[in-house]
Amino acid sequence: MVADNGRPTSSLPSWAIEVQGLTKSFGHQLALTGTDLTVRPGEAIVIFGPNGAGKTTLIKVLATIMKPSAGSVKIDGLNLKDNAEEIRCRLGVVSHQTFLYSNLTAYENLEFYSRMYNVPTRTQRIREVVDMVGMISRLYDRVGTLSRGMQQRLSIARSLIHKPSIMLLDEPETGLDQQATAMLWEALKSEGKEKRTILLTTHNLERGLEVGERLLILAQGKITYDKPKQGLDLSELKEAYQHYTRVKA
Amino acid sequence: MKRKVLLWLSLALMMASLYLVFIYVPTEKEMGIIQRIFYLMVPMGWLALLAFLIVFIGSILYLVKRTSKWDTLAYCSAEIGIVFTTLTLITGSIWAKPVWGVWWTWDEPRLTSTLILWFIYLAYLIVRSFAIEESRGAVFAAIVGIVGFVDLPIVALATTLWRGMHPGPLIFQGGLAPSMLLTLLVSISAFTSLYILLLIQRVSMKNDEMELSTLKRLSS
Amino acid sequence: MNFWSKVLTIAWKDALSEIRTREIIFSVLVFTLLVIVIFNFAFSANQQMIELVAPGILWVTFAFAGVLSLNRSFIMEKEQACLDGLMMCPVSREVIYVGKMLASLLFMLVIEAIALPGFAFLFNLAVLSPQLIAITVSTTIGFVAVGTLFSALAVNTKAREMVLPILFFPITVPIIISAVQASKLALAGEPWTKLSPWLQIIGTFDIIFLAVSFLVFAFIIEE
Repeated sequence: MVADNGRPTSSLPSWAIEVQGLTKSFGHQLALTGTDLTVRPGEAIVIFGPNGAGKTTLIKVLATIMKPSAGSVKIDGLNLKDNAEEIRCRLGVVSHQTFLYSNLTAYENLEFYSRMYNVPTRTQRIREVVDMVGMISRLYDRVGTLSRGMQQRLSIARSLIHKPSIMLLDEPETGLDQQATAMLWEALKSEGKEKRTILLTTHNLERGLEVGERLLILAQGKITYDKPKQGLDLSELKEAYQHYTRVKA
Repeated sequence: MKRKVLLWLSLALMMASLYLVFIYVPTEKEMGIIQRIFYLMVPMGWLALLAFLIVFIGSILYLVKRTSKWDTLAYCSAEIGIVFTTLTLITGSIWAKPVWGVWWTWDEPRLTSTLILWFIYLAYLIVRSFAIEESRGAVFAAIVGIVGFVDLPIVALATTLWRGMHPGPLIFQGGLAPSMLLTLLVSISAFTSLYILLLIQRVSMKNDEMELSTLKRLSS
Repeated sequence: MNFWSKVLTIAWKDALSEIRTREIIFSVLVFTLLVIVIFNFAFSANQQMIELVAPGILWVTFAFAGVLSLNRSFIMEKEQACLDGLMMCPVSREVIYVGKMLASLLFMLVIEAIALPGFAFLFNLAVLSPQLIAITVSTTIGFVAVGTLFSALAVNTKAREMVLPILFFPITVPIIISAVQASKLALAGEPWTKLSPWLQIIGTFDIIFLAVSFLVFAFIIEE
């Protein structure tokens, strides 16, 4: 069922995401090397990192589509190993790929996903999320005929369809213009009273500093830098980024 | 040490079986001298099946435990298995030529099944090299190793039913003469011991290969 | 209950996409008819000869058609990483396998339902017997059971289209043999009892490979 009810409010887990010693290897290649990460419920964190630092791997592991090689992951206090399906109901994922079928219309895509997530009152909910991303006029167009930016907006609508409490965003701004980005950020951040937990990865430092409450750097498979936003300015962040992502000779 | 013992054991058994095959055992009445190839073909066929059973077990254990030693075991066993399947096919067709007058006969279900076996395990080796990442290649191969082995009895059943049962299990018709049985058993144990030796050797070679490539990566 | 409703949702999605594009059914159907016509040239259309080779032609054609259509099944899921989207849905991996398999089964049966009368017409044979329909349906189940598994495997390799036939044909040999032999008997007007050993092999294959594929599918799609 949808994530926002059925969760006992009295015993809210203290961490929305709790990662310990997470390692992911592909044969001999290590993508994540025993990293730790904790995110409070409602917190918006931004993870920076160069290409190949393990950002996408981290998101995929959290999204339960990749199995960790070692370490533990808890989402809302639930162990990822044993409660994958329960966890999936609480996660919304946006990536640079849209997960949309280009031969189906926007409506059909959303209908498909809402059925998969057991969304009640489907028709109404589909209109709601499409309205949030400003795509009502293109609801019955085939996804393949839409521009990249529009597809990305739909992808965001898709990720919100089941009212997830945690958003995992893997460079979601691909193909979006600035105005759309700002608008979509509002849609992602909260819905009604509930503030969502957000984990965003990007290599755009300015943008990350703007939206994140906590800023982290992932380099060579490990979180190496973790600072709250207060009192941090762009030049300081840039310096830290360069320091931590410099390839060790 | 273990390997040395196995080496000498295999050598002794091989020598013994050569003696038994070429000198000791009497020539079979109906088929003549060519029947002696049977003491090579049967053990090799048996060995191929044993090797693929090990692939099957190694594949299951790899999928469950995800430790690379099981994958290495399955892979090495598949290599040996395919070599011996090839040899079985070759000796089989050498036998077929004087007996049926052709190099290849579709009338012999065991020959047909062996050919299918060969294709399945060829696919096992190919699929690994086609995978984008090494670790996924191992998983894919394991799946072929499981599916392929489960398929074997059905292949055998279908090919047997296809050509009728006719020459029957011709080998054991009326039972083997004791001297023939002895020769066969010694030959089978010689090949089994050879298989174990080859497997140990190949696994340790593979481990060395992997260690080397790790070292290479670290140094570059 | 929930299992089957999700399975049907996935199959519905595939069917809808197919209705839009006719990518699989239409092109595979054209291919199937072409292969039948070409075989006809190869065996120079002598009626006696045709009766002898028809079952073989039929099943070689359907096996090729199966590989072609099954290849598409997961290529579609790889565009825009839709398979990742599916795997994030709160369903078990097995639901994805069964849903994809049912969709492929549907497509194959539609193709065969159109190709069989075409086959009967071109070769002057009475193929529309209940025996032949039973053989076709049961063999097709076997095809899609292993084909769906290997299709998911093949899209994750470098040589996508090449890998499926290399895996598919050796494994399906027993049911191809059985289908050819059973069809031969059915075309000769033999009763069910004569066909039953072959149908039993096909049935056993179907059950075993549905079970095995169901069990190992998760390992293929999870990294």
